[in-house]
Amino acid sequence: MKLLKRLLKDKLAAASLAVVAATLLIGLFAPLFAPHPPNEANMELRFAGASWSYWLGNDHLGRCILSRLIYGIRPSVLWVLAALGAAACFGAALGFVAGYFRGRVDAILMRVCDVMLSFPGYVMTLAIVGMLGAGLANILLAFVVMKWAWFARVIRTAVMQYADADYVKFAKVLGMGHFGIMRRHIAPAALPEIAVIASSAFGSMILQISGLSFLGLGIEAPHAEWGMMMNEARSVMFTRPELMLAPGLAIIAVVSAVNFLSDALQKELDPKLAVSGKRTSVFAGGMMRGLRKKEAA
Amino acid sequence: MGLYVLKRVGVLAPLLVVISFLTFTLNGLSPMDPAEVVLHAQGVPSITEELIAATRTELGMDRPLLARYWDWLLASLQLDFGDSYITGKPVWSLLGPALMNTLKLTIVSSLFIIALSIVLGVLCALREGRWLDLSVRGVSFLLTSMPAYWLAALMVWYFAVKLDLLPTSGMDSASSYVLPVAVIVIGYAGIYFRVVRSSMLSNLNEDYVLYGRACGIPERRLTMHVLRNSLQVAVSVFGLAIPIILGSTVVVENIFAWPGLGTLTVTSILGRDFPIIQAYVLVLAVAFVLFNTGSDVLNAAMNPRLRKEL
Repeated sequence: MKLLKRLLKDKLAAASLAVVAATLLIGLFAPLFAPHPPNEANMELRFAGASWSYWLGNDHLGRCILSRLIYGIRPSVLWVLAALGAAACFGAALGFVAGYFRGRVDAILMRVCDVMLSFPGYVMTLAIVGMLGAGLANILLAFVVMKWAWFARVIRTAVMQYADADYVKFAKVLGMGHFGIMRRHIAPAALPEIAVIASSAFGSMILQISGLSFLGLGIEAPHAEWGMMMNEARSVMFTRPELMLAPGLAIIAVVSAVNFLSDALQKELDPKLAVSGKRTSVFAGGMMRGLRKKEAA
Repeated sequence: MGLYVLKRVGVLAPLLVVISFLTFTLNGLSPMDPAEVVLHAQGVPSITEELIAATRTELGMDRPLLARYWDWLLASLQLDFGDSYITGKPVWSLLGPALMNTLKLTIVSSLFIIALSIVLGVLCALREGRWLDLSVRGVSFLLTSMPAYWLAALMVWYFAVKLDLLPTSGMDSASSYVLPVAVIVIGYAGIYFRVVRSSMLSNLNEDYVLYGRACGIPERRLTMHVLRNSLQVAVSVFGLAIPIILGSTVVVENIFAWPGLGTLTVTSILGRDFPIIQAYVLVLAVAFVLFNTGSDVLNAAMNPRLRKEL
């Protein structure tokens, strides 16, 4: 909560948080917000412009673009968040085990991570989707399979710092169990780290899933998804370029808000950055994060 | 240095074996029997159990996994990845030319990305906090949040349709490169310029710069010193960038109908042409690992401190 308060002081971060939160809420309660059913075709309204009942106009089948945009939040953002959460939990759990117990478990886990991370992310996602077949569920599965190793690696490093701390040793001496130590003393310290890397992966994953849907590898046809909407708009791109605008701007708004929030979060949580200001930027961290982002996109 | 290279290469060999094995077992992920896929692709009207069994034998699927892997590995080393399920042509005859086309696109884009990020990174670092720095960073932030295909579609619509300056797709002439390269460069320069910029900034704060300034070394010569030290870090980043770009041209290639790897792969995925997908993953994963090692070695050659790790 203290963190949230500090984040809200930064106006841009507060705005980004508002955008992300609003998007998530609207997506969650899509039926309440959408003015029309997203798949309701209305052939006489094909390519109709904006009107009072259809704020953003209609697409090539006369469906309400605004409603499709709202329902599209679910696969484009909510499901991505779910996959991210799954990957983060799985990776963090393994990272905890590796970083806390060290030894052979650690060595084996890290070799597995090495192998996983030596596959370029985008290629591997394509490979998994290629073998399992196109579809949203398979892409999400590919995300979890690809991302956990990365989480495990980062969390392990974070946990290792704390596992040697005096207060952990003290807790051990007092007879506290491993699980209790992890829960009480290590998890709270490592959580911010998880938040930072998860939020930095979020934006690139949104871009990636919409890209795959755009290629026709994602969600199936009648369902609304932002990449899919652009895929449908692509066939009439030269005559009706405006159909590309709404989903494209939606993606830009959400992804830039997420990226901004992630930057702000990192600045808040990294005391070194806060003290020495912008001059000594966290070079390595920022660089790798940038790379990761782009590797995915 | 020799020891370092030896160690890196020593790690490389088992890693490549594991990667190739994982790529090989990818096939097993498929919910459909490869034999069935082949029969579907050949347009066999009625697929019976016997027919599937016969095709399995024909494809050698009934042999033990490790035996099949060994044969596949030996063949792959000679660029023989089997035949496409759909067209029946050897995979390499499809993949090879596509790889060349993608490489052309990647190399041209990488050159522009490197040049642009160095120029922008240096300029922004020297004018930190001024409007040039702020505006370049702001714009690049927005551009990295933009889906590449969206930008591509906008550019096609504006430059190719509205102004009719450039071709919309294909790779017939030099002008076909302009739009795809522009889209890739815009996407990546925003990331890599930040790397150069922050590297420059951290170097500008070093004591040797202060000392140089105190000694009255001209600012321009000082900048050259800082630039040299900053680029050292950038080299490893750019080394990694090339395979990343190679793997992520998929979307751009599809929009511009570039006859490269991305287009080939998406077609293969939609047609369940497993041998092509497998070969694609193998080629890119190996390229990724090799570039990774190469850039590490290059870095160690330039910065002896790094050799102690590992």
